[in-house]
Amino acid sequence: MKKLFEINADYQPESFEFTKASQKKAADIIALYPKGRQQSAVMPLLDLAQRQMGEEGAKAEPPHGGWIPRAAMDHIGDMLGMPHIKVYEVATFYSMYNLAPVGKHLVQICTTTPCWLCGSDEIVQASKKHLGIGMGETTKDGKFTLVEVECLGACVNAPMVQINDDYYEDLTSESMKELLGTLAEDMKPTIGSQKGRKASMALSGPTTLEKQAKKAGVA
Amino acid sequence: MLRDEDRIFTNIYGWEEFGLKAAQKRGDWDKTASLIKKGRDWIIEEMKASGLRGRGGAGFPTGLKWSFMPKEPSERPHYLVVNADESEPGTCKDRDILRNEPHKLLEGCLLAGFAMGAHAAYIYIRGEFFNEGSAVITAIEEAYDKGLLGKNAAGSGWDFDVILHRGAGAYICGEETALIESIEGKKGQPRNKPPFPAMAGLYSCPTTVNNVETIAVAPTILRRGGSWFAGLGRDEKNAGTKLFCISGHVNQPCNVEEEMGISLKELIEKHAGGVRGGWDNLKAIIPGGSSTPMLPKDICDHVHMDFDSLREVNSGLGTAGVIVMDKSTDLIYAIARLSYFYKHESCGQCTPCREGTGWIWRIMTRMVKGNATVDEIDMLWDVTKEIEGNTICALGDAAAWPVQGLIRHFRPELEHRIMEYRKMVA
Repeated sequence: MKKLFEINADYQPESFEFTKASQKKAADIIALYPKGRQQSAVMPLLDLAQRQMGEEGAKAEPPHGGWIPRAAMDHIGDMLGMPHIKVYEVATFYSMYNLAPVGKHLVQICTTTPCWLCGSDEIVQASKKHLGIGMGETTKDGKFTLVEVECLGACVNAPMVQINDDYYEDLTSESMKELLGTLAEDMKPTIGSQKGRKASMALSGPTTLEKQAKKAGVA
Repeated sequence: MLRDEDRIFTNIYGWEEFGLKAAQKRGDWDKTASLIKKGRDWIIEEMKASGLRGRGGAGFPTGLKWSFMPKEPSERPHYLVVNADESEPGTCKDRDILRNEPHKLLEGCLLAGFAMGAHAAYIYIRGEFFNEGSAVITAIEEAYDKGLLGKNAAGSGWDFDVILHRGAGAYICGEETALIESIEGKKGQPRNKPPFPAMAGLYSCPTTVNNVETIAVAPTILRRGGSWFAGLGRDEKNAGTKLFCISGHVNQPCNVEEEMGISLKELIEKHAGGVRGGWDNLKAIIPGGSSTPMLPKDICDHVHMDFDSLREVNSGLGTAGVIVMDKSTDLIYAIARLSYFYKHESCGQCTPCREGTGWIWRIMTRMVKGNATVDEIDMLWDVTKEIEGNTICALGDAAAWPVQGLIRHFRPELEHRIMEYRKMVA
């Protein structure tokens, strides 16, 4: 469902610069890897560029989310002494790099088997209906993009979605709609289980660690 | 059932803070230097004696793996790489260690790193685990502040650094050499072996890649002794405790630490509130993450959750991600969805996998409708056999096995779907 990497698309900006704050972060990232191995920083720098675009996009009108323009890839290649094509190779390989503009809230619905068994189809339907868009599409106000993703590794809290950096779990059609409503009003919803359970503990209460559970007040 | 005093992960549900102060109260970083002072050989021998097998899926003996690293130092540094790229459908155990018990992982890194002559560890975490990664970074910063990492780590005389590296969405990076490529700033495509990472891994230096759970249990094993761990579980080859993830059609899906070799039925009934609608409403279970072949109810009735018991029934413990499916489940779709997953995640390097995962998915999509012929079931089986064993890494096998499990146990269901479709279009 991902938009393709179109290097000459009209939304591609002419140039890209890291902000002062990003430049400092970039220097810290490059220093984590051994001398001469600065290519290792390409993934964190792509992420940094995407985050910077997202921060700028949150304030733009209409808003947009984080994505990586080709100019940013070229810039990162120059910083790390990598041919531009090597940066494109990395950027196009990994699913989390958005290579075209996306909505401010990137709603990623897991539909792999464990989530599907627990009703991810209903979450997809509820989201499409609530936002009035199909999978892979962005709302006209620029606030939401809806995509289907592969297993996000929160299977005992299925069904679940990831929106930008955060996981929302134990969803129902109703709680999904509420979640989207809260985000539309630029408020911060509760992260994690929407049924109020702690992490991956059974909703009905723990079956182990009796002493710790008493101390924590969950038993 | 495992006794509470034998559980390693006492904060697995995050009831307490993950930070250093609370972690130390739980026993983490307790006299770590004294373990290191016992020497590299002692650590490796204790790990061997514990019977610990890798918790990432393949189940290779951990102590033996650590012993493969070169003994004599050379100009090439050694590296420990922790595989926190948890992405196998059905699996969400490492996530709980990363966010709720990160200090167990960091202490394990120091002990394992020392035992293999490494002065640095890279933790490769899947990019989607943003908040989990932030918890690990906080824990790393705390550990440096208190001298537990860095120069003379934990007063042991050993210098040790830990660096978190975030992935960016690619299941294949859970394969150890793809993971190494990814840290080097490349596409995550697996390398041909040999050379094995212990000879030429990260930056062509000796490297050992271990799963999060494997490393995080090491400090407790070394503190309580290999024999303690070996005394738990089914037998010496299936020893210790294990984090299980129980998802799908159970009343109370959850993660839980249990004894290796617990019966599948007991695991589900004691900890996950039983199968939705009762045990007799069970249809099939995928016992160890999506790549392990499913088991029908009659096998689930008596099978035990350990490496060898599950291998005997043509499946595997894998990551211990138990996916439960009740009688309402369209098993053909459940597996077709996994076929899509593997097609999506194939890195495209080997032709049998790049093309074959697409073939499997397209045939499976027709099987869901029944728009196929009965002899295509045999063809589907053949396609999986052409992929299996003919690729650089195990992703091809992982794509083949779930389909084989379906055909092996539920062929009549596939045939029935085809007959129904014919009736419908006739």
